[in-house]
Amino acid sequence: MTPGTVLKTWLFRLGGPEAAPIVLVQRRVFVLPTRAGLVFAICLLLMLAGSINYALSLGFALTFLLAGLGIVHILHTFRNLARLEIAPLRCEPVFVGERALFALELTNRRAEGRYALMFHRADAPPAVTDIAAADSARVTLAVATARRGRLRLGRVRVETRHPLGLVRAWSYVEPDVACLVYPCPEKSPPPLPPPSAEGSGMRQSRSGSEDFTGLRGHQPADSPRHIAWKAVAREAPLLTKQFSGGAAARVVLDWHGLPPALDTEARLSRLTRWVLDAQQQGLDYALRLPGRELPAGHGEVHFRACLEALALYGET
Amino acid sequence: MAKPRLHAIPLAREQEAWLWCAALLTLGLHGLHMPYWLSALALLLLLWRAKTWWQRRPLPGRELIILLAAAGTGAVLGHYKTIFGREPGVALLMVFLALKMFEMRGARDARILAFLCYFLVFSLFFHSQAPLAAAAALAVVLVITAALASLGPGRRPPADHLRLAGKMLTQALPFMLVMFVLFPRVQGPLWGLPADAAAARSGLSDTMSPGSISQLILSDEIAFRAKFADAVPPRSQLYWRGPVLDHFDGHTWRSVHRDQPLQSAPAAAAGPLYDYSVTLEPHNQRWLFALELPLRLPPDSALGSDYLLLSRTPVRQRVRYELSSATAARPGEQARPSLLQANLQLPPGGNPRTRALAAAWRSELADDEAIARRMLHLFRSQTFVYTLQPPPLGEDGIDQFLFATRRGFCEHYAGAFVFAMRAAGIPARVVTGYQGGEINQADGYLTVRQSDAHAWAEMWLEGKGWVRVDPTAAIAPSRIEAGIASAVGAGEPLPFMVRADLSWLRKLRLQWEALSNGWNQWMLGYTPQRQREVLSRLGLGEPDWKNMTAVLVVLCGIFFLAMIPWALYQRQRTDAALRAWNRLSRKLARRGLARRPWEGPRDYARRVAAALPAAAADIEIIASLYIGLRYGSGDNAAALDELTARVGRFNAKRDP
Repeated sequence: MTPGTVLKTWLFRLGGPEAAPIVLVQRRVFVLPTRAGLVFAICLLLMLAGSINYALSLGFALTFLLAGLGIVHILHTFRNLARLEIAPLRCEPVFVGERALFALELTNRRAEGRYALMFHRADAPPAVTDIAAADSARVTLAVATARRGRLRLGRVRVETRHPLGLVRAWSYVEPDVACLVYPCPEKSPPPLPPPSAEGSGMRQSRSGSEDFTGLRGHQPADSPRHIAWKAVAREAPLLTKQFSGGAAARVVLDWHGLPPALDTEARLSRLTRWVLDAQQQGLDYALRLPGRELPAGHGEVHFRACLEALALYGET
Repeated sequence: MAKPRLHAIPLAREQEAWLWCAALLTLGLHGLHMPYWLSALALLLLLWRAKTWWQRRPLPGRELIILLAAAGTGAVLGHYKTIFGREPGVALLMVFLALKMFEMRGARDARILAFLCYFLVFSLFFHSQAPLAAAAALAVVLVITAALASLGPGRRPPADHLRLAGKMLTQALPFMLVMFVLFPRVQGPLWGLPADAAAARSGLSDTMSPGSISQLILSDEIAFRAKFADAVPPRSQLYWRGPVLDHFDGHTWRSVHRDQPLQSAPAAAAGPLYDYSVTLEPHNQRWLFALELPLRLPPDSALGSDYLLLSRTPVRQRVRYELSSATAARPGEQARPSLLQANLQLPPGGNPRTRALAAAWRSELADDEAIARRMLHLFRSQTFVYTLQPPPLGEDGIDQFLFATRRGFCEHYAGAFVFAMRAAGIPARVVTGYQGGEINQADGYLTVRQSDAHAWAEMWLEGKGWVRVDPTAAIAPSRIEAGIASAVGAGEPLPFMVRADLSWLRKLRLQWEALSNGWNQWMLGYTPQRQREVLSRLGLGEPDWKNMTAVLVVLCGIFFLAMIPWALYQRQRTDAALRAWNRLSRKLARRGLARRPWEGPRDYARRVAAALPAAAADIEIIASLYIGLRYGSGDNAAALDELTARVGRFNAKRDP
């Protein structure tokens, strides 16, 4: 660690993931003028020089009024951020390449609103929100995913320049939340391995049918992949499609059965595709990974368990 | 990864509207006193901008704006012949502000525009610092601040921005007051004032020719105000001494020996002594007006050989000074022979009849005073008329006046008197200044206007010193006793404030003048000297800039600290049960068992109990207490106490 990092860690209290709810106590809210604030200060210095030179009493008065405005601004900005409560919400898993949607629940226990709170995390566009008096609000950070595994939200900068943009107050928070990132499904995979012999007695799936069980209300952390876009086109509210696997034939998705030329990620990618396909076709499927075996099964829980095993393969 | 570029986000329509309003009001402040073509140009540009806004058209290209900026600069240069100095500077800022409305690509441009507006409001005070100007400036500052507030992300109703701006400015007031009172004021300019710092002002000059004072009489502008500590001297004693003129060239009286210092300290005066303060309007000259014989002088001033009080520097801003004066003559006064000789000066030729008359008096009378009385008798006994509109005089003006027209104003009478005295060999001189004044009943200040300008004479009498003789008093005694309005005939073009009719309007204006005098005394007249007075009255002893700054910083710090509780205050508190519950979660977090945000109390307790079997019973009780308090009915103080105590006792580490 460089001395700069040590200082930053000490100053901003960067101590790893924090338990929810995170309260922005005054100790961790920092205030400095923005660039516009510095220009404002230079303007005030010019006015002060003019007032002295031309002995303008009202010039002094205006200069001091605006200087007072700057001082009051500091307190307003600080107040806008101080004692804000931040708690992460559950984060829905996504596939590599999709955006992980981290939702944060913001609670304002003050009888006045908080405005223009900007949440910024590296690799994500900043999210801005207001919170009404004694209310809570949600803000969603869409983080690009590049690799499978657990993606921690990590450090988020909470910043505000309310009310006049001359002063900014900021704080760093690290909510204890991670998004499970599944491997990217292979684009054009070979077909599923043939159902194994022990699969007899299971009912055949109707080809092309997906076991769609219904719709539920959309939540911000839902993957956009499951949004019922047709319903949206009918101007219905956002709905999320739910699926359940109806079991049919049994396939074994085996790591060791893949061509030896494939590397680890390619294998995981193909297995992911196959899990998706098998789930979609309503098959019973088992997943065999080195050191891990998931017995044949079907349904949402099994499906999620397989994907999680694939996502976390190789991670301790 | 680039930083988020919030300033690159284009402005919303209502933000543009806010900025437009701020710019319109700011330019409106200057609209009336700047050149009309400039105000019209600015208004036209703003209207054009409003049109593009209304029709949602794209803004004109950059080239056109640069072209317009160059044209505007050229026009300002053409009008003022320079672009440096205050007025051209303000004019340029106005052009740029109007053009900046066409270059608003994001919040950054918008903020620059707002700062430009603030600066232009500031520059209004170069022109006027009247109470009305201050009120207008404050209103415009409010709108500019609201426009700044509208620039943040998120849309809110306009009233919110105005309310916020008002609230912030109100909270800024204590800081303003402390800094205004305590910020160390320094005297004088930091750099040389440009030539236009003090424009031509009306007032007395150090020359006098027929007509110069009667011109001044036409103005009811205020020359100065005086406040007496005790009684006000009788009106006939209110001779406010101005330039003393001792050189005559046949037409014009001038002052040539002014800068000689007084040779001896003025002798103690007979008669009452008056303590008073004078608030003098700037007149761009060095003299300070005082009653006849100033004894205690204000700082940075000196008494000249002609008893004229001179300031070290020209009076370019309103000054306030305190002094005491005697109104009686100066007994036992000595004078240098050379000075007396200078006050016998006459032009080599001209005005033969007056000279002959004086010579006749001289041969007839030995007593100088008798000659003066003869002269005054002449004025009284002949048909002399006191008028603001005397006929023009040509060559040998004094002869013409004394023997032909016999109509004149105070400068004619004083000039003729001094001429005759000098011709008779008596040292004499013309004194200009103001005579009288009017007590404003609203605040007790004596208001002296330009219309109170006057000229009288002084003659040297051996043993008595310089003695004031006012020939006007011989012609029109009511000028001295009651003022100009009663001394001149009806139909003379007197200024409004001097006339006797329309008294209710005059009363209204007197009220207003009293108000603006209070403003001038305390707001505008807060000079280094006044600051010293105020601070020593506040018990700061002999304040210097160091302890002034210290007190300033301390007071501002106190205000700031006093607002911190406000900044942290939460009316909505977390309830005690939730706080205890959160505390438990924090304790367990050290064992990696922090409560997940979506986890309910029962699930959490079950998970913790499974992980820490030794604490399972404890957790069970805590959870049920919490559930009872949080979701049960009614308050239960005992349960809350128990919950708090149990959480306090709970030790996550005791389980291995």
